[in-house]
Amino acid sequence: MKVLIPKSKPAKGAVGKTGLWRTSKPVVNHNKCIKCVICWAFCPETTILRFEDNSVDIDYEYCKGCGVCANECPVNAIEMVED
Amino acid sequence: MSIIEDKKSLSNVKVVTANEAVALAVKCAKVDVGGAYPISPQTSIMEYLTKYIETENIPMEIVRVESEHSAMAVAMGAAAVGARAFTATASQGLLYMAEMVYWVGSSRLPVVMAITSRAMGAPWILGNEHTDVLLPREWGWMVLFPEDNQEVFDTIIQAYKLADTTLVPVVVGLDGFILSHTTMPISIPDQSIIDNFIPKNTPKPYALNTEDPFTHGNAVHSNLYLEFRHNIFKTIEDSEDLVDEIDKEWSKLTGRSYGGVIEEFLLDDAEVAVLVMGASSGDAKEAAKKVREKYGIKAGVIRLRSIRPFPVKRLSKIAQKVKAIGVFDRNMSPGLGGMIATEVKFALYDLKNRPIVQSYIGGLGGKDVKIADFENILVELKEMVDGKREVEKVKWVGLDLAAIEKFLEEV
Ligand code: SF4
Ligand code: SF4
Repeated sequence: MKVLIPKSKPAKGAVGKTGLWRTSKPVVNHNKCIKCVICWAFCPETTILRFEDNSVDIDYEYCKGCGVCANECPVNAIEMVED
Repeated sequence: MSIIEDKKSLSNVKVVTANEAVALAVKCAKVDVGGAYPISPQTSIMEYLTKYIETENIPMEIVRVESEHSAMAVAMGAAAVGARAFTATASQGLLYMAEMVYWVGSSRLPVVMAITSRAMGAPWILGNEHTDVLLPREWGWMVLFPEDNQEVFDTIIQAYKLADTTLVPVVVGLDGFILSHTTMPISIPDQSIIDNFIPKNTPKPYALNTEDPFTHGNAVHSNLYLEFRHNIFKTIEDSEDLVDEIDKEWSKLTGRSYGGVIEEFLLDDAEVAVLVMGASSGDAKEAAKKVREKYGIKAGVIRLRSIRPFPVKRLSKIAQKVKAIGVFDRNMSPGLGGMIATEVKFALYDLKNRPIVQSYIGGLGGKDVKIADFENILVELKEMVDGKREVEKVKWVGLDLAAIEKFLEEV
């Protein structure tokens, strides 16, 4: 019998569209954002999009709405709003 | 006692406890990594290994950790990169380790673990009981149970063969204190025999690799989990013959065979048989001989060596011959019966002419079970066959409720 080993390769959305889990979503206030990328470093789902100028945005397809980014942002530039 | 007849290898005979036999086998298996956390009666296994590292400079890494949970995590991490891994525990330690034991089983990592059987609290207890050894049979592990120190050594080696072939980890259970702390002579085969028997270059499709990165145990949706469980089920179910083959192959190399999944003792003409695991089997065999002499009862012993895979095929064949099997369980499933008795009944229920199966529970917490107890079981089985005694759901061996009453009065 062929052995089924539960291994997985790195891939986007390996467990599906985690964005569906969300009840509230993070919204970045770009006027307040100081481009420190702390949110990008802390997001457990790597769904903060980081651009070349270190500005950030959210990948809502996979963001699960945990609020870690809003909690970590040093200047409160991320607000959790009902989805 | 094939050891003394085996003159060729007399030079390699050592007189050791079963715990040292485990450590010697792990050394001979050239295990790369072990996770170590002490618990009686297992502790000296890892101590012997650290001694070999100190004094003989064996190429093994032992990580001393803060808990059994981490000891198994070390073994898991080592196995996940393709290293040969080992750990040992018992009783409460196994319970604390349980989460990682399940992870290793379901990740298909061929770890081998020794469990020196011991009862679990409360009340706090050190004595021998098999419940702990049996638990991993539900957790995706194979479970083997040798009878004496030589077989303990041989079974650890065989366990690596079984694990590497099936990618299912293997528990080797051994009777706590009764074997773990008792010395017996064992013969150690030439290292080249062991190297060829369990080569380290077997395919390792599970081994992490930086060239082609992947991870173990990521989430799946509910539509796939059942299939993973089914795969483990089938692999273990299909391994019954493999355990027999490994035993045969080992016997060709060393002259020692244990019957594979089951050792059959005086079963050819047996009418009644007691089914038993581990060190008590010696007493059961004596009892079978005695009741043959004393009462002319055709008695035999079914010594269960493999609990997973559960030997459904071999047991069914034996069940065609005998009229009654008394399953002696040094363990229990509370409120139901002995754990092995319930499995024996499951395995035999579909047979047309199935024998009587009587569950006996005894020896829990290290309570002494004597040859006379096994004689009594065999006599009772004969009476059941002859219709002179009722079969009961469970019969208790050595249960002394008056002693508990007395104890309660005194405290
Ligand atoms: S809410 Fe959670 S998942 Fe979504 S972007 Fe923030 S940290 Fe990431
Ligand atoms: S943590 Fe806040 S300030 Fe820093 S990049 Fe993210 S949103 Fe901007």
